[in-house]
Amino acid sequence: MSTIVLLLVTGLGLGALYFLVASGLSLIYGLMDVLNFAHGSFLTIGAFAGYELSRLLGGDSWWTLIASMILGALVGALAATATELLLIRPLYKRLIEQVLVTVGLALASVALFEGIWGTDALFTQGPAFLSGTTEILGARIPNDRFLYIIVAALVLIGLIAFLKFTRYGLIIRAGVENRSMVTALGIDVRKAFTLVFAIGGAAAGLGGVLASHYFGYVSPQLGGTLLIFAFIVTVIGGLGSLAGAAIASVVVAVFQQFANFYLGGTGDLVVVLLLAGVLLVRPSGLLGKKA
Amino acid sequence: MKLIDKAKASSATPWVVGGALVALFAVLPFLNIMIPGVLPGPTYTPGTLQVLALCMLYSSLALSYHVIFSTAGLLSFGHALYFAVGAYGLGIVLQETEFELLPAIGLTIAAAIIIAGLIGAVSLRVTGISFAMVTLAFAQAGSVLVSRNSHITGGEEGLRLSIEHVPSFLIGVMNTRNLYWIALLLLIIVFLIVTWFERSRAGHVVVATRENELRVRVIGIRPFVVKHLAFVIGATLAAVVGMLYLLLQSGAAPRITTPDFTLTILVIVVLGGVGSRWGVVVGAIIYTILDQRLTTLSGSEIIQDLPAILRIPLSEPLFILGTLFILVVIFLPGGLAGVARRATVRSNPLREVEAQPDEVKQ
Repeated sequence: MSTIVLLLVTGLGLGALYFLVASGLSLIYGLMDVLNFAHGSFLTIGAFAGYELSRLLGGDSWWTLIASMILGALVGALAATATELLLIRPLYKRLIEQVLVTVGLALASVALFEGIWGTDALFTQGPAFLSGTTEILGARIPNDRFLYIIVAALVLIGLIAFLKFTRYGLIIRAGVENRSMVTALGIDVRKAFTLVFAIGGAAAGLGGVLASHYFGYVSPQLGGTLLIFAFIVTVIGGLGSLAGAAIASVVVAVFQQFANFYLGGTGDLVVVLLLAGVLLVRPSGLLGKKA
Repeated sequence: MKLIDKAKASSATPWVVGGALVALFAVLPFLNIMIPGVLPGPTYTPGTLQVLALCMLYSSLALSYHVIFSTAGLLSFGHALYFAVGAYGLGIVLQETEFELLPAIGLTIAAAIIIAGLIGAVSLRVTGISFAMVTLAFAQAGSVLVSRNSHITGGEEGLRLSIEHVPSFLIGVMNTRNLYWIALLLLIIVFLIVTWFERSRAGHVVVATRENELRVRVIGIRPFVVKHLAFVIGATLAAVVGMLYLLLQSGAAPRITTPDFTLTILVIVVLGGVGSRWGVVVGAIIYTILDQRLTTLSGSEIIQDLPAILRIPLSEPLFILGTLFILVVIFLPGGLAGVARRATVRSNPLREVEAQPDEVKQ
C-alpha cells in the first residue's frame, strides 16, 4: 500500500513537470498549428536563470526559490515572445517552415547553452525542507513533489481562469476552435499568437526551475529530455486541449513510475507503447478534436 | 518539337554532369588535390578520404530520408532509428554470432525491413503531426533500448566493431580508400534506387497522395500501401547506410540513435532543398564538411583569442549550423536547390516547366 501511495504521489509530481511543458505546447499547437521544438530551450533557459539567481542569493531560502521561479518564468516568457516575433511571425502561414525554424532554434540554443554553461550538470540547491520527506499512509514521500504538484495546480487553475474569464482567453479558445472564423470577425489573432507563446514560455521556464530541483541539476540537455515526454503527453491528451494535457501528464507520469518500479525500469518504453496504443484506438488523443 | 528536344537535352545535363563528377570522385584517392580550409589534407590521405566517405554516407542517408519526407510528404522524426538499426544491428550480429560479413548484412537488412514494416504500419494509422510524434516516440524507445542494454550495445561508450569476421581489405587506416569507394558506390546505388522509385508507378501514386490523398482514394487506390512502401524503402536504405557507417567508423556511438540525429538529417534535406535529389546530396556534402571544419576551427587560436561574447557562439559548430539553417529557412525557401533553380530559370525559362513538379506543396 505504502509503495502504491509513494508511486502515485511521485507520479503526480513528475506529471506536474510534464504539464508545465505540455500546456504551452498544446495551446501553441491548438491555436497556431506550430509544433514547437524550441519549447525545451525555453525550459532550459528558465532553469539556468533560476540557477544563476540562486547562486547569487544563496540557494537555501524560500525567498530565493520563489524569486528564481518568478525569474525563470519571466525569462522563459521573454525567450518565447522573442521567438514568436522574430522567427515565427515572418513565416506566417508557412507551417512546415515554422516547425523547421523551431528545430533550428532548438539545435542552436542547446549548443549556445553548452558554450556558456558547459556540457556538465550544474548542481542546484534548494530549501532544506525540499530534500526531506513526509509520511502519508505509511509512505515516505519526498517533500519537493508537493511543491511541483501545488505549482502545477496553480498554473492549471490560472490558465483555466484566464481562458474562461478574460477577453484574450476567449479569443484564444475561439481561435483553437476555428481560427479563420475569428479572423473573419475582424479580430487580430496575431496578438493572441504572441500571447500564447509568452504564456507557454512562462510555464516552461517555471517548469525548468522546478525540473532543476527535481533532477537536482541543470544541464543544456534538460529541456530536450523533458520535451520528448511533453510531446507524448500532448499527443495522448489531444493536441490543443488544456484539460487533455493535464490528464495525460498525470496518466503518463504515473504509468512511468509504476513501470519503472514493477517492470524493472521500463518506464520510458511503457510510455511509448501507451502512446502507440492510444493513437491506434483514438487517433486524435483523449480529448482532441483535430487529428 | 524543337522546344521539347531542347527540354530533353537540358534534363539530361544533370546526369552527364553527375557521371563526370562520379568519375572524378572515383579517381580522387590517386590524386593529390589540396583544398585548404575545406579538406583536412591532400585527397589521397586516409584522413581526407574518411571525411569524403562520411560526406557520401550522409548524402545517402539524406536521400533515404528524402524518399519519406520529400517524396511521400511524411514528416518522420524517427529516421535515426533505422540508421541505428543498421549500424547497431550489424555490429551486434558480428559480435554475438559466428556469421561472416555478407550473411550478417543480409540478416540485418531483413531485420530492418521487418522493424520498419511493423513501425510503419502502426505509425501510418495517424497522419500529420501525430505521425511525426509516433515515429519520434518509437525512435526514442530505440534510443532508450540502446542505452539501457549496455552489455550488448556498449551503452554510452558505444559499440566497437568486432573484426574477426570482417574481410581484411575493409579494416585499418590504410584501407580507408576501399571504404571510400564502397561509400561512393552506395551513394550511386541509393541515388538510382530513389530515382527509380520516384519514377515508378508507386512513386507517382505516393506523390499524388502527398498532394491530395482524397483524390487518390476516389480513383480507387489505397494510399496506405504506397505510403508504407515509401516508408519501408526509405528506412531500409537508411539501415544499409548505417551498416557502412559502422564499418567506416569502426563502431557506433549512441549519438546516432537520438532524435537530434534525425533533426540533423532533416536539416540537411531542407538545406539542400526539399524535393531535389541533387540538392540533398550537395546539402549533405556541405553540411558534413562544415561540421568537420567548424569543429577544427573552434579549437583554433583565431577563435580562442576572441572576446567571450564572440568566442562562445563561434566555438559551437552546432550553434553556427543551427543559425545557418534558420537563415536558409527564412530567406532561401527551397534551399540550395531553390537557389540553383531560380538561377537556371532566369537563364532558361524552359526549365521552369519541369522544375515545378519536384517542388513540395507547402
